[in-house]
Amino acid sequence: MIIKGVFAILLFYVIGIGASQLIGGVIPGSVCGMLLLFAALCLGIVKPDNVRIVARALTQNMAVLFVPAGVGIMAQYDLIAQNWVGILTITIVCTLLVLLSTGGIAQYINNHFKNNNTNNGK
Amino acid sequence: MKEILLSTPAMLLLVIGSYYIGTLLYRRLRSAWVHPVAVAMILCVVVLLTLGIDYPTFQAGTAFLDFLLGPSVVALGYLLYEQLEHLRGREIAIFVATITGAFVGIASVVLLGYFFNLDEALIASLAPKSATMPIAIPLSEQSGGLPAITAVVVFLTGIVGSIIGPWLLDKCGITHPIARGLALGSASHGIGTSRAIELGAIEGAVSGLAIGLTGVAISLLLPLVEWMM
Repeated sequence: MIIKGVFAILLFYVIGIGASQLIGGVIPGSVCGMLLLFAALCLGIVKPDNVRIVARALTQNMAVLFVPAGVGIMAQYDLIAQNWVGILTITIVCTLLVLLSTGGIAQYINNHFKNNNTNNGK
Repeated sequence: MKEILLSTPAMLLLVIGSYYIGTLLYRRLRSAWVHPVAVAMILCVVVLLTLGIDYPTFQAGTAFLDFLLGPSVVALGYLLYEQLEHLRGREIAIFVATITGAFVGIASVVLLGYFFNLDEALIASLAPKSATMPIAIPLSEQSGGLPAITAVVVFLTGIVGSIIGPWLLDKCGITHPIARGLALGSASHGIGTSRAIELGAIEGAVSGLAIGLTGVAISLLLPLVEWMM
């Protein structure tokens, strides 16, 4: 089962890299692979049971994979020191803008348009 | 001796060990500020500086973990499929809200970036910051950003949303559990989702779905916004 899962994930990664090159590289290969795997699961081309174990193992411990990239800031010290006010302000302001726009619109549509799920909120 | 410290197994041990210490600390203190990733990053930097090991050596030693980011993104396709059931009957609200959120996120970074006179590489590093880390990093590289800056900013984005998010949503009268979950997942990816899970089951589930959808929306919108600007 594990081999099947690893095979499927790598296969979609490779196909994703190919698809990414076809569209001129605007979307990274791994993201294309994700979309294609998602589509294949929805269409029943790939059985969920075949990828479940490997997909969960990869995603549950994903945070540790971010560490090497983050350590790279030790090589970017000057850039951060010069721009930290802008970086920090943008990070805080833009995050809260996304939070409010997404939450506000979702709530508006939910309250004003359809109510199929009557018990899903206050 | 020096060769052993610089070897690939030693570098991987440093990352995994620092992360392990991070999870132990997190379990004990339960604060978003001591997130295992932050603790691990700081510990690694301290160890590297103390031993006088430069970043390229560390990067070469941990290339395996970098590689695994790719398959992990592909695996997110499965998670998205699994969470699809939470979408039923709310498709329009969820799609419109996620796409708007992704657009607001990218556009506000670019505009404020010009305002603060940041250079192109920095703006490119910040633009995908509401996407989950494994998606944000290749997107940043693709558009000429610096993955290291992206990693740190994506992390901060998660912390900001999970700490201020629920309070701000209360203040602005956003009380619907679906809207709250979606907002936390879209703005602050996995870190926001762990906060959403604490708010309730619906919030957590929808927030998990929002991570994948936002990642997709940002990957599709980023080339578009770049082309427009």
